[in-house]
Amino acid sequence: MLVKSKPSLRHRFYLFEILTGLSITMKNFFFGRKVTIQFPEERRIYSSRFRGLHYIKAVNGVENCTACMLCPTVCPSECIHIEAGERADKEKYPVTFEIDILRCCYCGYCEEACPKDAIKLSAIYEMARLTRADGVLDKENLLVQRGKK
Amino acid sequence: MDRIELIWMGVKIGAVVFTMLSSVPVMVWVERRGSALMQNRLGPNRVGPLGILQAPVDVVKLLFKEDFIPAHVEKVIFVLAPAVLLIPAFMTFAVVPFAGDIAIDGKALHAQIADLDVGILYVLAISSLGVYGIIMAGWASNNKYSMIGSLRSSAQMISYELSLGLSVLGMIMMAESIHLRDIVAAQSGHIFGFLPRWGVFTQPIGFIVFLTASFAETNRLPFDLPEGESEIVAGYHTEYGAMKFALFFMAEYMNMLVASALISTLFFGGFQLLPGMGRLIDPTGALIAKFFTAGNPADWGRLALEAVSFSIKVGFFMWFFVWVRWTLPRFRYDQLMNLGWKVLFPLSLANLVVTAALMYLRVI
Ligand code: SF4
Ligand code: SF4
Repeated sequence: MLVKSKPSLRHRFYLFEILTGLSITMKNFFFGRKVTIQFPEERRIYSSRFRGLHYIKAVNGVENCTACMLCPTVCPSECIHIEAGERADKEKYPVTFEIDILRCCYCGYCEEACPKDAIKLSAIYEMARLTRADGVLDKENLLVQRGKK
Repeated sequence: MDRIELIWMGVKIGAVVFTMLSSVPVMVWVERRGSALMQNRLGPNRVGPLGILQAPVDVVKLLFKEDFIPAHVEKVIFVLAPAVLLIPAFMTFAVVPFAGDIAIDGKALHAQIADLDVGILYVLAISSLGVYGIIMAGWASNNKYSMIGSLRSSAQMISYELSLGLSVLGMIMMAESIHLRDIVAAQSGHIFGFLPRWGVFTQPIGFIVFLTASFAETNRLPFDLPEGESEIVAGYHTEYGAMKFALFFMAEYMNMLVASALISTLFFGGFQLLPGMGRLIDPTGALIAKFFTAGNPADWGRLALEAVSFSIKVGFFMWFFVWVRWTLPRFRYDQLMNLGWKVLFPLSLANLVVTAALMYLRVI
């Protein structure tokens, strides 16, 4: 339903309304709570579900991953690259484990798919790199425990 | 022209040009931080204390940027346009008196670069030359958005110039002179014993019309249709970059400065001391007399305080331009034209008639 209301004379006169507007901006200028987060010193607190840079959980210095290949299979961006190998105790393990974070869309499917509680997404969101090659995380880098998940 | 007059002229020109040029970075900073604070942000606060060095740093960036000229433009006019816009903005300030007279060796020296007989007419004539710069920029850019922007600007200028001129007429009639110094002098004294006899109190309608029209003349929000970021990219300066863009930017602030100076001169007593400042004349004069002795120290004190009060008034209106910009949304084009032709124009005419009638009856 279209409701038409004729603005009152005071509104159509503009000047008073403009003065009201000016006083509102002035009030914000002096007393408004400033919402800016001063980035490098202050940081936004994200929820614990935030999906950022990956890491592989390691227990006693050994990665949980068994190179089951579920995460490269589920990954929609096809950015996980694993080469499997065998340990001395016949256990399967990833010889290389690379994630191209430039292709990753941070969907978190890898984390969900993992049966071994190995691949995780941390809360780190600063991923600027100088070269494209730096954008590919290798196993050593992924084993840095970046989160507490 | 003898030596003293020559030195005085040099000092005046130097002071005015320096103040005008250095006001631009300061205003850019004020605008950016002011707008941020009004919008509950913080604005640039990293470069230097409170971010005050942000503007100089930006200037350096603009100077070192590639001076790119797109292939499809009309080169000569394209390059000329920013200068055509900027120069009139500078020239207008020549007739604005920024302090009272001073006598040295029996010679009365004016604190006004050029005391022209045409006075305020010069300001009105030169300030409307700036629109040629905008038209040239829009035309030479060979781009429809630029063209629309510049056409809007000229239509806007024509519509508001009328009201602007008519609203000034009231003040001219009351001062019975078109010299800006006479108009300032006519605003001395008090009405009802306490209100300063400023134009804003004797010609309130003229003041409102002039204020509104000067917003339109300087292409500032709420009348920034020639730029209209959300409608026509950036209007007439869409194709400009680097220092050429900076010149447009400077011209906008220069125009603001001139408009503020005119508002202060015509309606706020110009360089007349702010109420209560008279007491400071002697101490200031004594302070100045420590540095050099020519003329009467009390006169120098008055001159300095007058320049200061003029700057305060101009500064307030510069701030007012910023304040309004971040308060009001942009007008629609038909609203702009309606306001200009159907509200401001009749209002200024009526104001003129009433002023004339009251003067004939010797009420004012
Ligand atoms: S977050 Fe998504 S896109 Fe990124 S590696 Fe995991 S599954 Fe692939
Ligand atoms: S799903 Fe988990 S265990 Fe399987 S390869 Fe990926 S990280 Fe390793």
